Amino acid sequence: MAVMHYIDAIRLAMEEEMARDEDVFVLGEDVGYKGGVFTTTKGLLEKFGPERVLDTPLAESVIAGAAIGAAMYGLKPIAEMQYADFIFPATNQIISEAAKIRYRSASDWTCPVVIRAPIGGGVFGGLYHSQSVESVFFGTPGLKIVAPYTAYDAKGLLKAAVRDPDPVLYFEHKKCYRLVSGEVPEDDYIVPIGKANVLREGDDITVIGYSLPLHFAMQAAEDLEAEGISSHILDLRTLQPLDKEAILEAVRRTGKVLIVHEDNKTGGVGAEVAAIIAEELLYELDAPIMRLCGPDVPAMPIHAPGEKHFMLNREKLRDAMRQLALY
Amino acid sequence: MREGLQEIVMPQLAESLVSATIERWLKQPGDRIDMYEPICEINTDKVNAELPSTVTGKLVKILAGEGETVDVGAPICLVETASAGAPAESAPDSGDAAQPQARQAAASDGDEGAAPMSGRYSPAVQRLAAEHGVNLAEVRGTGLGGRITRKDVLNYIESGRASGKPADSRSADPARQPVRSSGLHLSEEPKLPAIEVEAAAPGSGEYFIDVSPLRHTIATRMRQSVTEIPHAWTMIEADVTNLVALRNKLKDEFMKREGINLTYLAFFLKAVINAIKDYPIMNSVWAVDKIIVKRDINISLAVGTEDGVWTPVIKNADQKNIAGLAREIDDLARKTREGRLSLSDMQGGTFTVNNTGSFGSILSQPIINYPQAALITFESIVKKPVVIGDMIAIRSMVNLCLSLDHRILDGVICGRFLQRVKENLESYSIETTTLY
Repeated sequence: MAVMHYIDAIRLAMEEEMARDEDVFVLGEDVGYKGGVFTTTKGLLEKFGPERVLDTPLAESVIAGAAIGAAMYGLKPIAEMQYADFIFPATNQIISEAAKIRYRSASDWTCPVVIRAPIGGGVFGGLYHSQSVESVFFGTPGLKIVAPYTAYDAKGLLKAAVRDPDPVLYFEHKKCYRLVSGEVPEDDYIVPIGKANVLREGDDITVIGYSLPLHFAMQAAEDLEAEGISSHILDLRTLQPLDKEAILEAVRRTGKVLIVHEDNKTGGVGAEVAAIIAEELLYELDAPIMRLCGPDVPAMPIHAPGEKHFMLNREKLRDAMRQLALY
Repeated sequence: MREGLQEIVMPQLAESLVSATIERWLKQPGDRIDMYEPICEINTDKVNAELPSTVTGKLVKILAGEGETVDVGAPICLVETASAGAPAESAPDSGDAAQPQARQAAASDGDEGAAPMSGRYSPAVQRLAAEHGVNLAEVRGTGLGGRITRKDVLNYIESGRASGKPADSRSADPARQPVRSSGLHLSEEPKLPAIEVEAAAPGSGEYFIDVSPLRHTIATRMRQSVTEIPHAWTMIEADVTNLVALRNKLKDEFMKREGINLTYLAFFLKAVINAIKDYPIMNSVWAVDKIIVKRDINISLAVGTEDGVWTPVIKNADQKNIAGLAREIDDLARKTREGRLSLSDMQGGTFTVNNTGSFGSILSQPIINYPQAALITFESIVKKPVVIGDMIAIRSMVNLCLSLDHRILDGVICGRFLQRVKENLESYSIETTTLY
């Protein structure tokens, strides 16, 4: 099995799906000749030609709208938003059209579109290249949302998203691209949408999260192991629909839960996870539900101390996890 | 809060329930009770629940003892409630109350102020203590401000058992801790029958098994069904060769895409549901002076476990496609195996399907799931030589057995119904059948 970076796993998934099914094509800004600003789509144009790798105008509503239309006519588009920050002009297409068409037409029409968007900060991208947009789409029934953390899941979830009969938002963390690597099988497999994954087993505290912060949680868990604190870590992987059973099982394990994400705290995915736990598991709780998230400020600051303050890291995770363990 | 004696009454746990049985009292007269603290375990048809207190105070008198069945709305105990200032005065009287003792323990441990959290118990700690009969005053807290953590209680129970104090064996296994659902404690675990070997009576060739609540419910329902319903029985054979080919073609892709098994049962359910739509009388109940025909088709699915059989319900089954049914089957079977069925999973069935083929049966004569009108079984699929035209062919055949309430249904209508199920099953094909 090959060890590869998160970004290479994403590229491999697209390549395999395009080779497998000629209805699959990619479109987005600079995805063709440039191969994507992060090189996520590098080599696809040469391999599959300009009819299946489309360089589009700088108009996200067109990218999403065209992809949604093509999907409704039976194609399997993978639309790229260059940065998740730029998805907002396409929001109307995604929420009002893609999410609703199956419901609106009593399943006569479906929309098997995938929209990829790099989320998150930590690359000194400032206000408009660092946003986490999950919470904007999270409360919209009709959309599926995935946000992989491992390289294995990055490939398997993207392949599952392409094959899913309904619209899937695929949020890849741009900081993970080359920070995270792991073993990725070079054959065909999928990671089912809607299933969370236990990254680490333990019995003192439970950490639930998705995407980049799990990297820091795993590091912090190593640090705390030396202090005799054992951490149970659950990777949600899919944000919509949430794997409720896995959440409950993970919390039941320790009775103490910390929810982490980079998106800001108010109204984030963690709020819903906390509500599920409060509704179902009150009598299993041994400590108040705790959240560690990005601060409630309008955007990522464009100066180094500000970005450091905003981003989660190993130390912040370790402090929070220790505090919960000692409660 | 109002001062004086207050009654706690048996709540209505579900729409159709009229009574419930007290299984065990978790609190005894004299015990202090906090709001929402479980006071007793109650037992209804197939579901157990812990009853949370609706008031804070001291339990004065138990009005309904263990094993007693109480009507909904009837009082089960009396609680003395007091105004906010009063508990401080009354606390020294109740020597066995947990909180004052905890404070004393903390005080004797050193400075009282050093353990400001020692008297504050999390829900998990309270529940564990109640389940295992742990006196929290004896537990040493290692958490923030001397707080007793869940782990402290677990360690205490562990060490108590080691030193010869037996914990309550029924709740000793943490892996089997029940699911909590929307405020009520639905512990769905069927109690394992306690097997007692009679002590050394020489020549004794028997032993006794306690009748579990589940066993009792099954026994009651079965007896009621066979005594009230005049059963009749009929069987038909269907050729499912095409269905076998269809499923073999789709099952791997389906597993990949959906992560669940595409079972024959899903196709069979769809065939039965469509036949019920054509013959709605199959979906009815005998009501002496009339027959009530149900508009919703809610399929009770018989699911066997080691301990017995459960009949969780697929609601509005007529609105689901084959893939949706497969998912429901998987979900309910898993919930049943894991003992996580909720009361709502068990209610509202209008027609029962039993997949008896799953344990190898080729013929069965089932008892109707009271008060429904009929029950159909799906037996094992068996390859057989069959005469088609003037030739003999090897075909995959299956028997379908129908038990019917002869007050409602007769041979002709049931024959037509079965014929329709057969047609539906035989018309599945790779060319025309879609899962979604």
